[in-house]
Amino acid sequence: MNNTFTFDTSTLWSATPEIFLLSAIVVVLLLDLFLTKPFKQVTYYLTQASLLITGLLAFSLINEPQTIIFGGSFILDNMASVFKVFMVGSTMVAMVYTRHYLTQHSLFRGEYFVLVLLAVLGMMVMVSGYSLLTLYLGLEILSLSLYTLIAIARERAGAVEAALKYFVLGAIASGLLLYGMSMIYGISGSLNINEIASFAANANLASRETLILNFGLVFLVIGIAFKLGAVPFHMWVPDVYQGAPTAVTLFLSTVPKIAAVAMLVRILVDGLGAMHAYWADLFIVLAVLSIALGSVVALMQTNIKRMLAYSTISHVGFIMLGFVTGVVSGYGAAVFYVLVYVLMSLAAFGIIILLNKQGFEADQVSDFKGLSKHSPWFALMMLVIMLSMAGVPPFIGFYAKLFILQQVISAGFVTLAVVAVVFAVISAYYYLQIIKSMYFEKTDQDITIVAPMDMQLILSINAILILAVGIFPDFWMKLAVSLF
Amino acid sequence: MELLSLLIWLPILSGILVILIGNDRADTVRWVSVAASILVFVMSLSLYTEFDATTHLMQFEEKVSWIPQFDIYYHLGVDGISMPLIILTTFSSILVLVAGWEVIQTRPAHYMAAFLMMEGLIIGVFSALDGILFYAFWEASLIPMLLIIGVWGGDNRIYAAIKFFLYTFLGSVFMLVSLIYMYNKGGSFSILDMHNLSLSATEQAWIFWAFFMAFAVKVPMFPVHTWLPDAHVQAPTGGSVILAAIMLKMGGYGFFRFSLPITPDASLEFSEIVIILSLIAIVYIGFVALVQRDMKKLIAYSSISHMGFVTLGVFALFLAYQPGAPEGALLGLEGAMVQMISHGFISAAMFLVVGVLYDRLHSREISTYGGVINSMPKFTGFAVLFAMANAGLPGTSGFVGEFMVILGAVQANIWYAVLAGSTLIVGAAYTLWMVKRVFWGAVTNPEVSTLSDVNAREFSILAVLAVAVIAMGIYPQPVIDVMHVSIEHLLNQALASKL
Repeated sequence: MNNTFTFDTSTLWSATPEIFLLSAIVVVLLLDLFLTKPFKQVTYYLTQASLLITGLLAFSLINEPQTIIFGGSFILDNMASVFKVFMVGSTMVAMVYTRHYLTQHSLFRGEYFVLVLLAVLGMMVMVSGYSLLTLYLGLEILSLSLYTLIAIARERAGAVEAALKYFVLGAIASGLLLYGMSMIYGISGSLNINEIASFAANANLASRETLILNFGLVFLVIGIAFKLGAVPFHMWVPDVYQGAPTAVTLFLSTVPKIAAVAMLVRILVDGLGAMHAYWADLFIVLAVLSIALGSVVALMQTNIKRMLAYSTISHVGFIMLGFVTGVVSGYGAAVFYVLVYVLMSLAAFGIIILLNKQGFEADQVSDFKGLSKHSPWFALMMLVIMLSMAGVPPFIGFYAKLFILQQVISAGFVTLAVVAVVFAVISAYYYLQIIKSMYFEKTDQDITIVAPMDMQLILSINAILILAVGIFPDFWMKLAVSLF
Repeated sequence: MELLSLLIWLPILSGILVILIGNDRADTVRWVSVAASILVFVMSLSLYTEFDATTHLMQFEEKVSWIPQFDIYYHLGVDGISMPLIILTTFSSILVLVAGWEVIQTRPAHYMAAFLMMEGLIIGVFSALDGILFYAFWEASLIPMLLIIGVWGGDNRIYAAIKFFLYTFLGSVFMLVSLIYMYNKGGSFSILDMHNLSLSATEQAWIFWAFFMAFAVKVPMFPVHTWLPDAHVQAPTGGSVILAAIMLKMGGYGFFRFSLPITPDASLEFSEIVIILSLIAIVYIGFVALVQRDMKKLIAYSSISHMGFVTLGVFALFLAYQPGAPEGALLGLEGAMVQMISHGFISAAMFLVVGVLYDRLHSREISTYGGVINSMPKFTGFAVLFAMANAGLPGTSGFVGEFMVILGAVQANIWYAVLAGSTLIVGAAYTLWMVKRVFWGAVTNPEVSTLSDVNAREFSILAVLAVAVIAMGIYPQPVIDVMHVSIEHLLNQALASKL
């Protein structure tokens, strides 16, 4: 129970990525104050450089032995390092895409980049958090940065409304999460994940202890489900996705999902793994509802950001199915799915941003009309992305679904798998709507792509990866499973 | 690279090359794609010449580890069942590329590329011996077809394209679930291992119906056939040809490769249901074809009716089989295979015939025409020949398959044979009535009298098909010989209980 808190500077080594990033944030923030308008681009390049170095530091820590530092509240293991590398990498890609958007919509401000970096820091703390308190702190750093990021387009009523809605609902969810944590702390007497784990493993299942554990567990699951955007805690997702500037939606819909899954793993798998039978039942309900509602409601959307929001909800359902299985390979499947989802979502929002022009927000499905005529290459890329999201082979999204389905069936839930695939077919309809707009409908609207070359290049690589990793998925599947 | 891999990837890579050449250099694109397809066809012929017809084992095998996480292999191979279908694919692909020559003016490079890629993917379907590899090719082949219908199709193409995609997608996801189920049970995605996997009666029943969903949609069987008339009518001529000549065969092939050997007991148990559905397709859909006003729709319904013979021949084997005298069952199965090949030629020819007319007058309505023979005598000669073959005239390939299946059905139940045989009347009725209204009679539409007869390109396509239809009608033995041993083996697999 009692951790003797011995501070040894050598342990700081395990937290170098976070420490570096925090220092970099301070530098970027201060420097930005002194940059005059013509030099604002420097902030962008500094941000990318800080992210690059952070990513390299995290990469260098892969395969280090597992270390728990700061009195048991911070863990360095392979999952943390790999997740950090992925998060930082995705953020860098996201920044390439968003720069174009920010310039087109006169939102290019230094605060944007600082807030993104802060959000990344929060997420890194989340994936390395090994006590309920650290996890919560990481989550709040992330959430507060996101609320502000959404409101950065302060002249737009939609953005402000989205920010406020996210803030209010997010605060409630944080409250619920904190309440659940307090229950767990109260009964187990510790905030540290490994001590909670040993307490839960030895808890007498018929006793009052379990009742309280269960009580706390429900609140934790609700808090996590909110952050993931699972039904019925999904209400904020469509409004926020639609209201936020696309650049922020891009960031919001991708990287934080990795962090949310990491938090889920830390709390429910590492901490309360012994209670799997209890939370798995909750997850089945959440997963099926998410897949069903996400697939069906998306059919009616004409705004592509809103449509992708519902599509995200149904992807989250698939991710949760991986956790239902209760085996290491099932968790691996869920992690694989979330990484694949991030890759696809980045590319999808990237294409939406690509179509943006000075002051023109391309966020309707009909804005894609005739894309195949004006830019066959990016129409093809969007085709790949949409089919991949629908789970059509040989694209990567298929293997993510295959992995999840295989695990779900292997765990004995054949019916669950059948339900999931039926809704996957329903969801294929709205992905086809985009393809229909791009390829089948003729229009006179002129789509000229004004995005800079670096964005076009990265976006192409991103979309080609969806096909290339789809043809050779083995390495990534093995990697995902090896994290547990 | 081994032969089968070359056959799959050469068309796909040529497709990419054609896209890179670009729409602006249309003539280069046409020559390159036709050259590639001829090359692939010639290469595929060595599958036939080097084929060993004395064994049912897989030949030209290739096996490379692909996704070790799930023991998925890049595993290819052919036997007497898949080999003829591959050659049919490479053959038909040349025809559609030539048929699209000057007809397709919008984005010719993308059009040609879509067909080339589809050719490679469909060859992949017929040669894959790993469940996931099969599924990947099966689904991926939908994508080019979706675009072909949606981009180059008729007025209602969007509806038809999306309906086509969703129907097939819905059918096949259940197949995916069964494949995964069998992997979890047997530890292998190899189709050949699944043949030997022991499954209980309940498991077989579920797996049978899951596969049935996938294959019945593709064949298509009554009552899940409704996507086909839409897809055919809206697709450009080339799309209709590939759809009828090859894509429908993927469903029939699935029954041979998956349903019979993997779930023999369930196939036996449910064979009568499938037979009844097949007979409904043969008879009822035949009558539906009779009342069509649109030529393409008529041929589409006639396709469904003819494909009913395939499923009838396959599932009649359980009733037709008598211990010691397997001839009846063998006739049914081989007849089903012959029917698939022959329908590949005839339906392709019929759609090309309609395509020739459509290119000239941009109408598929029967009532637009009448007296075409006056202005297009050569063309009418071909059209009448193919119509006769479609009606099952002895001496054409259409007769052989249907006759074999009917002979098999006689052994099963005389009434099945009587009902199936009625198609020779109904089929003749709808086909010949169409011929009468389109080609003969007085010229009512002045535009018809100005029609120009087939040009050299069209003539050569139709002539090649005419030779194929007659050759197969007079001497089908070479085709039957290569498949005989494999079919015998399949019959033994289907009759051996797994319980």
